[in-house]
Amino acid sequence: MELTEKHVEGLRELLYKMADDLLIIGHRNSEWTGLGPVLEEDIAFSSMAQDKIGQSLAMYELLHQLGENEPDIVAFTRNDKQFHNCHLVELPNGEYDFSLARHFYFDHADAIRFAMLENSSFEPLAMVAKKFKGEIKYHTMHADVWMKELANGTEESKARMQSAIDSTFPMALGIFEEGDYEKELIESGIFQGEAALKEMWYQKISETLQRCGLQAPELESVQNAALGGRKGFHTEHLQPLLSEMTEVFAIDPTADW
Amino acid sequence: MIIKSLDPRINRAGIDDEAQIGIQQPLDQWQTYEVFQQKKRGTHHVHVGSLHAPDHELAILFAKEQYARRGQCVNLWVVKTSEVFATAYEDEDIFATTPEKKYREPEVYKVMDRIQAYKAKQNQ
Repeated sequence: MELTEKHVEGLRELLYKMADDLLIIGHRNSEWTGLGPVLEEDIAFSSMAQDKIGQSLAMYELLHQLGENEPDIVAFTRNDKQFHNCHLVELPNGEYDFSLARHFYFDHADAIRFAMLENSSFEPLAMVAKKFKGEIKYHTMHADVWMKELANGTEESKARMQSAIDSTFPMALGIFEEGDYEKELIESGIFQGEAALKEMWYQKISETLQRCGLQAPELESVQNAALGGRKGFHTEHLQPLLSEMTEVFAIDPTADW
Repeated sequence: MIIKSLDPRINRAGIDDEAQIGIQQPLDQWQTYEVFQQKKRGTHHVHVGSLHAPDHELAILFAKEQYARRGQCVNLWVVKTSEVFATAYEDEDIFATTPEKKYREPEVYKVMDRIQAYKAKQNQ
């Protein structure tokens, strides 16, 4: 079908939130580099963080093809109000259990989103989605194995994992905050929409947690889903992250590496 | 004193420079696994190194990023180091005459002369 201006606007919104989610979670997770719990996990977690940055670049490149600015400019010169990531990805690192819960929730949503997009009517996006399939599969494998290990480790590890799963859940629901163009994205076959994604995601994480001996929080019980990120309303934690991330770029935007 | 660093992450972590690292308990001190990588289907798995992991599932996860994040790989094996049995270096002399046993190598078979002669003839 012929894409109208509204369809393209919806596509742009979709690409921006995906790109920003990936860039910000990539940056947050990379903050563990050198500080990870054990060397092997440090390497694995850092490597996945790099993957996320690479995936965000692919999204910014698609946006560039749609007429947006160069990826570096888009990534490094906006302030927090111009970012469309969900709150989940911008929250500061705390204990490792929080980072694992965030990784588990985010990457399962990401894996399903990319799987949906493999059939997107917007061909360039479908190609990018296919390209990263294996990478994202590893990310969910990594999250699932850790979930299983810690659920079956000691009493303390199980309790802490369950507690991180519970407290991170309302933030995770912010991933699925709907945009203004859900209907257009669905009718044009670009993307199946946040509501469908959320349903599939919840089923996936519930099954996985149950298999590990943990419990998925009830969807209905959540009154405080972390919404607003998609519209540029963020927690106080995003701007300091952006300032730190863009520190070198700000010194000399024309520098060659 | 809290460690001060140029790296803001270190400052945020608030690490005490007097902190003592205790003796590692078994839960913190994982066993080692040996990692074998296969570059193409049908070829041998080749030993590429070792890593720490609490069990084989995490060992495989770690091996993927530690040894197969660059270059080609189609398959990985992990084996507990404690399950690898080896000859002793003091018995190295059991291999002493191995390099001399050319008669065990196909290159020295009589038929090779004829094959080489045939090949030479074909190339003329």
